[in-house]
Amino acid sequence: MSHQEQLLPHGHVLRYAFHERLMHWVAAFSYIYLLLTGLAFWSPWLFWLAVMLGGAPVSRMLHPWIGLIFLFGVLQMYGMWSSQMHFTEVDRAWFQSVGHYIRNEDDQMPPAGRYNAGQKLLFWGFVLCGLLLFLSGLVLWFPEYIPWNLRWLRYTAVIVHASSALLTIGLFMIHVYMGVFAERGAFGSVIRGDVSIEFARRYHPGWYKEIVESSTPRK
Amino acid sequence: MSQATLRIQKISGHAGSVPGEDTQREPTLCKLIDTTTCIGCKACEVACMEWNDLPFGETVFGNTYQTMPETRWNYWNLILFNEHEREDGTLMWLMRKNQCMHCADPGCLKACPSDGAIVQYTNGIVDFQQANCIGCGYCITGCPFNIPKFNPETKRVYKCTLCTDRVSEGLEPACIKSCPTGCLHFGTKDDMRELAATRATQLRDHYNFPNAGVYDPPGVGGTGVIYVLHDATQPELYGGLPKDPHIPWTVQLWKGPLKWLGNAAMIGGLIGLFVHYLRFGPKAREEEDLVPHEGKQP
Repeated sequence: MSHQEQLLPHGHVLRYAFHERLMHWVAAFSYIYLLLTGLAFWSPWLFWLAVMLGGAPVSRMLHPWIGLIFLFGVLQMYGMWSSQMHFTEVDRAWFQSVGHYIRNEDDQMPPAGRYNAGQKLLFWGFVLCGLLLFLSGLVLWFPEYIPWNLRWLRYTAVIVHASSALLTIGLFMIHVYMGVFAERGAFGSVIRGDVSIEFARRYHPGWYKEIVESSTPRK
Repeated sequence: MSQATLRIQKISGHAGSVPGEDTQREPTLCKLIDTTTCIGCKACEVACMEWNDLPFGETVFGNTYQTMPETRWNYWNLILFNEHEREDGTLMWLMRKNQCMHCADPGCLKACPSDGAIVQYTNGIVDFQQANCIGCGYCITGCPFNIPKFNPETKRVYKCTLCTDRVSEGLEPACIKSCPTGCLHFGTKDDMRELAATRATQLRDHYNFPNAGVYDPPGVGGTGVIYVLHDATQPELYGGLPKDPHIPWTVQLWKGPLKWLGNAAMIGGLIGLFVHYLRFGPKAREEEDLVPHEGKQP
């Protein structure tokens, strides 16, 4: 996608192309199902979630299949974005001034590119945990086929699956909070695809510079 | 399956307290298996299948008298045959009736996420309630004895019930009833422990088994099935009976500290994000705020 195509009329910039948006929502909807059914199996106090979703045996049957869809979404996003997710010097400086970011003092942040360091952390967290969840999930899918002398696989899988799921829940909560509540415009960007040019300038100055320098805006 | 007259003391995947907990006390029941007088006749295997109406499955020949390598979802009672050569060159033909051990601290119940799929009655019997089972197989992971078995057709897990339906009517389990040598005994845990200790003493003092002893592993809180072994220092010889069984430590970590840590982190995280919004609010109030003011300022 050239920068010329990214500039849209009325001072808007294309932030996420159709395929990016689609894969984000494939992963998002499947994750929400996995989260709800997973939490039902995590705690007796949340078991009613599985009952609401068609009964616990149904949840147990569908959870692994929906997990495969989630894995597909994550792998697609990995393919699209991994080259843009390498940590740079700016990211190191970004982490050091994360306090400003938390206090909404965005003008004091180092100039982030298309993705800031926090978003990169989210990306790698989900890719890594997604793979761990997949591998441990395979074992938990068919525990009856694991022979007794390989039982350590099951012992490892239960703890890996729960721990990595918890990590993704932490990332997920921050991600939803940032995208829906804290950073107005971000949610629209992953639905419609565009953000205002001012959004780009303010939150992703490096990316903004790239776009503006390499193109002339259409009026 | 459960009987109305049986009181429950532990429930799997259950939120809150156990209804009726501590309203009634019963002596803990126990099966005593004296491996030194077992002749491997398999009457207990047949009695188990008959009483529990289990469909017959194929046997697997493995160069011993053993019916199949391990218990199955429809074969809850299996005698394990092992040959052991002692240091003096003599042979010991070891036979151990293997089935659910009915642990006081059951790993299957601890691992189970489904409300009421596994219960422990006040008499100590650990029983699977297939109607509540969701087929996740976590019990298979929780069990240190390799007992719960999955039926792919019903997608439920099954194991020995200690003949709950017989015991609740005052009868002994089917396996006990069928034993021709009297190597199987059934009664209260206290009585069985005493009987087992007496037999072990006899073996040590009169039968040249200096290591004879009772297998009642404390790692799982003791078991509802105890063994008299010729050599209690080497339970592994008897078809891999674990020397010091515990609920796997990862299962304990998962159902213990990780659960509390995870719950605290999730609830704390939600509160933290809400408070952050109250304190700092959104980065910009509306998207329009992002547009720089041009020309006249108010």
